[in-house]
Amino acid sequence: MSAQIEEAAATGPAPRIGKGGAAPPRRGRGGGAGSVPYLLILPTVAAVVLLLGWTLVKNGLLSFQNLNKRQLIQRVTEWTGVDNYDTVLRSSEFWHVTGRSVVFTAANVVLIMAVGCLIGLLLARLGTKLRLLLSLGLVLAWAMPVVAATTVFQWLFDQRFGVVNYLLDALGWHSMAGYNWTSGQFSTFFVITVLIVWQSVPFVAINLYAATTTIPKELYEAASLDGAGTWKQFTSVTFPFLKPFFLATTFLEVIWVFKAFTQVFAINEGGPDRLTETLPVYAFQEGMGSQHFGMGAAISILTIVILLALTAYYLRLVLKQEEDEL
Amino acid sequence: MRRTLPRTVSRVWPGATAIALFAVFAFPVYWMFATAFKANKDIVSDTPVWFPTSPTFEHFDKAVSADGFWTFVGNSLTVTLVAVALSLVIALLASFAVARMRFKGRKSFILVMMMAQMAPWEVMVIAYYMIVRDVDMLNSLPPLIAIYTVMVLPFTVLTLRGYVAAVPKELEESAMVDGCTRTQAFIKVIFPLLAPGLMATSLFGFITVWNEFPMVLILNKDPGSQTLPLWLTGFRTTFGDDWGATMAASSLFAIPILVLFVILQRKAVGGLTSGAVKG
Repeated sequence: MSAQIEEAAATGPAPRIGKGGAAPPRRGRGGGAGSVPYLLILPTVAAVVLLLGWTLVKNGLLSFQNLNKRQLIQRVTEWTGVDNYDTVLRSSEFWHVTGRSVVFTAANVVLIMAVGCLIGLLLARLGTKLRLLLSLGLVLAWAMPVVAATTVFQWLFDQRFGVVNYLLDALGWHSMAGYNWTSGQFSTFFVITVLIVWQSVPFVAINLYAATTTIPKELYEAASLDGAGTWKQFTSVTFPFLKPFFLATTFLEVIWVFKAFTQVFAINEGGPDRLTETLPVYAFQEGMGSQHFGMGAAISILTIVILLALTAYYLRLVLKQEEDEL
Repeated sequence: MRRTLPRTVSRVWPGATAIALFAVFAFPVYWMFATAFKANKDIVSDTPVWFPTSPTFEHFDKAVSADGFWTFVGNSLTVTLVAVALSLVIALLASFAVARMRFKGRKSFILVMMMAQMAPWEVMVIAYYMIVRDVDMLNSLPPLIAIYTVMVLPFTVLTLRGYVAAVPKELEESAMVDGCTRTQAFIKVIFPLLAPGLMATSLFGFITVWNEFPMVLILNKDPGSQTLPLWLTGFRTTFGDDWGATMAASSLFAIPILVLFVILQRKAVGGLTSGAVKG
């Protein structure tokens, strides 16, 4: 199978395009053939409108309904106007969870970007063998399915027989022997953060390395002739050249971490005492757990609004860039 | 160059750091497999046993013979393969139109795809629950397949667009000069050249769907219609702290993805950098 791929890759043109992505199609014979393009995109549009667009609308409608277990079973619709929003926005719990989500996201993204960039730059300095070795480690972490990784991290951080507690104890931090990581808010978040950072760094590192290979060597030569050290080379050559990459990756990570559900939920189900619930888990627990579906829908709409606000800068940039390019 | 003092140090540290980092990143994966093969006395031991000295398949036996394991496997495979295949077919049509034709609304279509790619599915599960419940299809696979198809569709369209655009238009045109229709030219010329792109793209879809957890958690409460991620998270509850069996189960779940990913990794990175994420 891999031989086939190699062969296809060797004979076919490399699927690598310059910075602009797809070249704008030329106007030519058959270029704008009437209804054909619309027929071709129709299935995609229909699927997205029906299963994503309609769900978003439905989510909005639900958030204006009083929909609890009773209404669900009797299948009645009770409109309540903005009551759900009123209740949610007045509850201090919602604001706590929001603040927690923002801090959690910020901490994770900063760690992912910092560690990912350092490792990406390290990859660029290594010889072939060590680079392959480190890449292999990174790819293993990257490829590890989230749910499997979650159970493995529960085992690594196990109270009685976990490797982490053993190592900390062996390294001289004896109070960590038998430490229960899921008993506290901070320590639970610590485990979740290690898990998310471990899984996200490879994407940043490997793509950063791939991107650095596109920087012309002459730029570095010129910089080092001017006496620039490693740090200066990074700030004056690498960073400016890869700025779009850094921007895109940072915001993608913000989106991914902010809406992360599986890791947060599977490690400790938002516990202890609901203290590690982030917004997606909170919406789930309020809506599905307590069967206040209307309330849960309102929280989820607010979550989407917050996510949009956090990423507005990037989204606007992407939209503008696409407008110019397409 | 000019600083001569830390020469050996600066030679050695990148290598040493690389090896240490390799250990950090690979260890959890190694530990999963190692634990799965270890005898119970080596798992519950006060000093960790670093290598499975007397490997055993006992934990795998236990995992495989757990209630309904093969139902979960069947469900996961069905959902994943059908959703990925559907999204590939649908996306191929759209990506051809976007990469090769100019039409009104093309720009907006791409922008909508980019937004849809970032849709926060995890946050919208309640609405999906209500929609699926309204049509009385909770605890069945078709809604999952439909939702998963759309979940991976935007990424697939955007990535394939890059791959289609990378096939030189001249190839297609010369095929048409030789008497092929546009459809024939597509099937005979472009499609074979797209094979690596299709594989890389479907890898992403496969991983996404295979891993998906919140949606199936909410829609399918009945074990007969659940997929492997639920089986795996439920495993600890059923088996208590049987780490050997849990790690064996995790290994079984992870192996298909790890194998696929390591084989196709280069293509996947190429696809990510050339298609959806622009540098």
